[in-house]
Amino acid sequence: MELKEFIENFAAQFDDTDASEIKAETVFKELDEWSSLIALSVIAMADEEYEVTLKGDDIRNASTVEDLFNTVKSKA
Amino acid sequence: MELKDFIENFAAQFDDTDANEIKAETVFKELDEWSSLIALSVIAMADEEYEVTLKGDDIRNANTVEDLFNNVKSKM
Amino acid sequence: MAFLSYRNVRVAGMSVGVPKHKICNLDAADISKDYDAASFIEVTGVKERRIGELTVSDLAIPAANQLLDELGWEKPSVDGLVVVTQHGDYIVPATSCIIQERLGLSKECMAMDISLGCSGWVYGLSSLVGMMSSGNLRRCLLICGDARRRVEFNDPLFGFAATVTALEYKEGAENICFHLGTDGSGYDAIIIPDGGARNQITPSSFIPQEIDGREYTPLQSRMKGMDVFSFGITTAPKSVKKLAEHFGFDYTSYDYLVLHQANMKMNAMIAKKLKFLPEKVPSSMWNFGNTSSASIPLTIATQLRECCTQGLVRLLCCGFGVGLSWGTVALEVENIIIPDLIEIEE
Repeated sequence: MELKEFIENFAAQFDDTDASEIKAETVFKELDEWSSLIALSVIAMADEEYEVTLKGDDIRNASTVEDLFNTVKSKA
Repeated sequence: MELKDFIENFAAQFDDTDANEIKAETVFKELDEWSSLIALSVIAMADEEYEVTLKGDDIRNANTVEDLFNNVKSKM
Repeated sequence: MAFLSYRNVRVAGMSVGVPKHKICNLDAADISKDYDAASFIEVTGVKERRIGELTVSDLAIPAANQLLDELGWEKPSVDGLVVVTQHGDYIVPATSCIIQERLGLSKECMAMDISLGCSGWVYGLSSLVGMMSSGNLRRCLLICGDARRRVEFNDPLFGFAATVTALEYKEGAENICFHLGTDGSGYDAIIIPDGGARNQITPSSFIPQEIDGREYTPLQSRMKGMDVFSFGITTAPKSVKKLAEHFGFDYTSYDYLVLHQANMKMNAMIAKKLKFLPEKVPSSMWNFGNTSSASIPLTIATQLRECCTQGLVRLLCCGFGVGLSWGTVALEVENIIIPDLIEIEE
């Protein structure tokens, strides 16, 4: 499971944020567009692309996009 | 159905009140001993002796013993 | 017409969980301003009851664990759970979901609540037995009772309890038949006026009103005693008779008549109309008070324990009250498991 691909899949959930603004070290909850609705699409993406179930705590405990990638990878 | 019998049956529900204090014109809810527990015994008595079902409103709307007698009689 | 009959389901066991803490009504100085404690006990038949800070799930969990243990039922084998309560742990979600988790039941277990009181065990039984009868569910638990309320509650008529009835699918098990009825015109005969969607909670919800010599706030349950009494003495006997007539059996031939435990005087009149002698009409009111939907199974498990665990007993049970709602069930129990009464400390 590739980090680069994950970042792309993650960035795809955003409508108004440029993909180049979203990197491994991005503290995603500080992005302007971040909301609980985007969180839902991220959970959906993890389920569809990786067959991994993310929970509220997983989103809450992750700071960077890479943190989230690691969580998903550990459950895959 | 006799008023006299009814008064006797009614008075029998009281433990501490003298039978001759209870007459046709007695405003029974003003008797010292009257309570919601006695009300239940009166409902039971009407059911047992006359096969009539009295409800809360019947007790509430009757003033004298004779009122109650008329009510029971009308349901027979 | 709600006449139901199902085969292939048997009662496997029953257990009861109550708070350890007892209150004796003789000691309660505040029974009522209108009458004294002794008169109250004489008419209602409630001398003692169990209360505490325990919720329905607090009482149900130990009772269920004990019963499952004595039955030798593994937790994953339970595929259905119905909880009958009108005072669940939370307003939302259903208490059956809480209990599924606390008991450690499988996620493949069906769980739902039924909001009924006095008629609750009969209704709960009808729903589970109905679902089990064709073999779709094999082992189910019916949990009934009311315990700690949303606000303080110390009505001398009521006690807390949770009962667990274990049901199992068994080919050839004798029919269980039901008669169920409803009269919503009596919705306010027993009611908690505030706290639902109709009358939201406001500051006035906390202001006590005097009813029948006692004080109740709109967040506490109040009863039109006379109306419930006259409803009980007419509807309960009729329901039993209708059930017997519809299914063509002689109700007087049953071993015991187990009535919802709300008022001794009322039950004595019902029994008399149905021609059951007092010794065939067991009661748990004296020691437990009105335990809502738990009252019928609690009476069976405490007063009829010996005969139900050591033979075949034919029971006629009738629950009637809040709603207004009523239900009668005719069933056999044979060599069922009944653990000792489970008393729970806070």
